[in-house]
Order: sequence, then C-alpha cells, then structure tokens
Amino acid sequence: MLKLIDVQTHYGKIQALRDINIEIHQGEIITLIGANGAGKSTTLMTTCGIVPPSSGDILFNGKSIVHMNPNRIVAMGISQVPEGRHIFPYLSVKENLDMGAFLRDDTDQIRKDMNYVFEIFPILAERQHQQGGTLSGGEQQMLAISRALMAKPKLLLLDEPSLGLAPIIVRQIFDIIKKINQENNTTIFLVEQNANLALKVADRGYVMENGRITMTDSAGNLLANDDVRKAYLGI
Amino acid sequence: MDWNYFLELFLGGLTRGSIYALIALGYTMVYGIIELINFAHGEIYMIGAFTALIVATVLSMLGMNQFAILICAMVAAVVYSCAYGFTVEKLAYKPLRKAPRLSALISAIGMSLFLQNYVLLAQTSDFLPFPSLIPDFEFWEPYAHVISSQELVILMTSFVVMVLLTLLIKFTKIGKAMRATAQDKVMAALVGIDVNRVISVTFIVGSATAAIGGVLIASHIGQINFYIGFIAGIKAFVAAVLGGIGSIPGAVLGSFVLGWTESFFTGYISSDYEDVFAFMFLVFILIFRPAGILGRSETQKV
Repeated sequence: MLKLIDVQTHYGKIQALRDINIEIHQGEIITLIGANGAGKSTTLMTTCGIVPPSSGDILFNGKSIVHMNPNRIVAMGISQVPEGRHIFPYLSVKENLDMGAFLRDDTDQIRKDMNYVFEIFPILAERQHQQGGTLSGGEQQMLAISRALMAKPKLLLLDEPSLGLAPIIVRQIFDIIKKINQENNTTIFLVEQNANLALKVADRGYVMENGRITMTDSAGNLLANDDVRKAYLGI
Repeated sequence: MDWNYFLELFLGGLTRGSIYALIALGYTMVYGIIELINFAHGEIYMIGAFTALIVATVLSMLGMNQFAILICAMVAAVVYSCAYGFTVEKLAYKPLRKAPRLSALISAIGMSLFLQNYVLLAQTSDFLPFPSLIPDFEFWEPYAHVISSQELVILMTSFVVMVLLTLLIKFTKIGKAMRATAQDKVMAALVGIDVNRVISVTFIVGSATAAIGGVLIASHIGQINFYIGFIAGIKAFVAAVLGGIGSIPGAVLGSFVLGWTESFFTGYISSDYEDVFAFMFLVFILIFRPAGILGRSETQKV
C-alpha cells in the first residue's frame, strides 16, 4: 500500500533520513521505533509531503506521491496525527473535527462519522463547543485522532500518540487504535518511543537509528530480540 | 456641554473609523495568516481609488447617472485591486515564504515604493479631482447637519462589508480554512487545506475591502494622488496594531478608537495636532496592553 524506496531527506545541509526503505501492506499495523532524533517524525512528514525528500520515491497504491502537495496526498487517503497533537487552539472541538473532513462533501456521512468518533470518545461530545486549546493533553490526543479519522483515511499515520499521557489513557488510546484497524480495516503506521506498547499492537516493526533503518522483523521477533530489548525496552 | 457638537464629532469619528477599518482588515488578516506586515496594502487602496476615478470619468462622459457610476466604479476598483493584491503576493511574498521574516518585510516596502512610483509615472504627481459619486439624498436633508448623506453611505457600506466578512470567516468553508491556517499552517496542510490558495484568498479579500474604502473616501474628500495610500496605510496600520494585529474584531475596534481619538481631539483641542494625538494614543495604549486592545499575547504551550 505504502512503499518508501531509498528515501533521503535533508533539512538544509543536515541529512535526516538515509536510504529509507519501508513497505506497508493493506490492513497492517506497522510500527517504527527508535530513540529521540532518529528521524521517525521526519519519515512521516516526508510521507505527507510537508518535508519533501531530496531523492528516492514514495509509492501509495502504486502511484508516486513524491512531488505532490500535502493537500493532494491527504485527498488520496493518507492522514496524520502529528507529534504534539497540533489541535487548532481557537477552533471549537466540533470545528476541529469539521476541519478533519475538509476535503469531503458528503454531509450526511460526515455527520455519521462524527457520531462514530463521539461514540468512541464520549468526552469529545461533551466538549464539542469548547475551544480546542482548553482541552487536557489526553483529550487533545483523542481529538487529534478523531480529526484524522474524519478524513476517512485509508492509511493513518500516528506520531507518538502516547507522549505525555497518563498510562491509563495510553492504554485506552492503544485499544482504540486496534479497534480502528479491525473495524474499518484502516492501515496504521505507528511511530513510538514506547516500543513495548507499540510492538504489542503491531504486526511488524522497523527500528530506526540516526536516520537509517537498522532492523525489521515481525513485532513478536523484535520483542524477543536481545538488542531491541536492551536498547528500547529497558530490559 | 454642547451635545449636538459632541454627536457631530462622535459620528465624524465613526465615519473616519469605518474607513480605517476597511483598510485595517487587510493588514490584520494578512498578518494573521503569514505574519507579514503588508506595506504595499496602502497602495492597493490607492490603486482602487485611481481605477474608480478612471472608470467614473469615462462613464460620466457617457452620461450615466451618478448612482450607476458609483456602483460600476466600485466594482471595477474591487476587481482591479484584487488582481493587484493577488499578483503582489505571488511575485513579492510567495517566493520568500521560507526566508527570514525581515526579507519579506523589505520586499513589502519595495513593492509599496514600486507601486507608488508606477502610478506616479503612469498618471501624474498632481492631485486629481475626484467626482462626488455619492448622491445627496433629499429625504436625509433634515438630518444632514448632524451627519451628511455621504457619511451615512460610508457608514452603511462599511457596516455591510464588515458583517459580510464576519459571516465569511465564521461560517463558510473557506473562512474556517482561513482561521485554521492562521492558527497552524502545518496542520492545515495535513487536513488537506491548500494553504497557498487560502493565502491568495486572504490577499484578495483584504484588497477588496481596501478598494471599497478607497472609493468611498476619495469620493468624500474629492481629490486623490499617488501618495494617499501611504498616509491612509499608516493610519490603518496603527489602528490594526492598536486593536491587536491578527485579530479581526480588534482591527475594527482599533479603527473606531483611532477615529474617535482624532475626531474628539481635533474637535475639542486643535486640528493641527491630529496625527500627534493619534500616535500619542497608540503609544499610551501599547504601554498598558502591548499586544493591542484585543490582541492575544504570544504564549507558547509546551
């Protein structure tokens, strides 16, 4: 479904990604784990067209999306929940969700989808007229995920959904990620520092170090791998 | 206290303020979206006035009636100014989107000087008489000593424009996209908003309101030259800062406050110091509210 081929990305003269090769199949949950500054977020931003790669190719359902504008990439079915949530602070919760559905015009279905996200996150229904910036961190994360779902993505990119959240909320959010994957058959590409949690929900994983992919295997094998356990699981 | 005189000054200030507001809206919307002080904005207003003058002159030679001329001149001014606003952004600001902010600012000043001199060369440096396009309504005669029908038309038009703009920003899809882009450009792109298009629309909308202001004030004052954009631009910019740049209600409020300050100080103290009072008041407000009356101080949430 998504294929990154020899992707290199630079910020000015600094190279952030080196020869990245990642392949994601329809319906999978794939995780990308690695330390701070390894290039995980850049991988997502490059996929979405925010930080275009300097070389290499990115195929989505066989079509190259490398030089497309971000809005066209969203239109093809890729949505991202970026690191730090990026809620529109002065738009209401409902308007934030409306923005998620920006490219859609099937009003009835949009309303149904909004009810669906209100069902999974009832707190958002309660707060729908409140400004996005007034929500707590956990609520903002729920809103960010819901907003991405409002675009009806075929591929959902999640960047550190557990960051800064209480363990109980993290567990809740991961349950919902699994649920989205199973109920809607949405493919999920999950970037996490919390490798333990990520590898437990994922089918396969990639390990990233200093802008390179250093290892890839099934999630189970990575969880059992001694190097991974030492470096990322703290065991 | 002479209440009639007070009312006269109050309404005079309101009229003045509504013109400032039409121009200040453009400054504040552009700043809200790309954090640029668009110094060429005053020139867009001036070009609107010149377009209206040319159209009005041609049409009055054809013997059209006054009101029809006003509408045609207004439409032509809006179309022309929008085209200029759109082009200025594409030529002078878009290539500098990722450059340091100072570069875009210098580019804006350059664009302002260029447009001024372009009109100077294409037209003339003299003041040109501008026909009075706003009719004197007969039914308004009894109240004309308080507020002239010209001022009344200016007030009503500005009010309608502001209401339409508020509706556009609050309720339409493009309006929501404008607010989202102003708040977080990366995220706006990630939900599928074409950020470049939103920026273009912002410039077009701002240019349209400035052009309407240009036609109204030129017709009210009765003469224009290539330099009017500079003065009006600076005043409107002050109004936008006063209200809190980036905030739309702020720009309108700041404009009225500035209009009233000028009107009351000149009316009760001296007309020689009009600009002194205006800028003194700006300094005074900024000492107590550095972000402007309705401005949000920048707080970074981590």
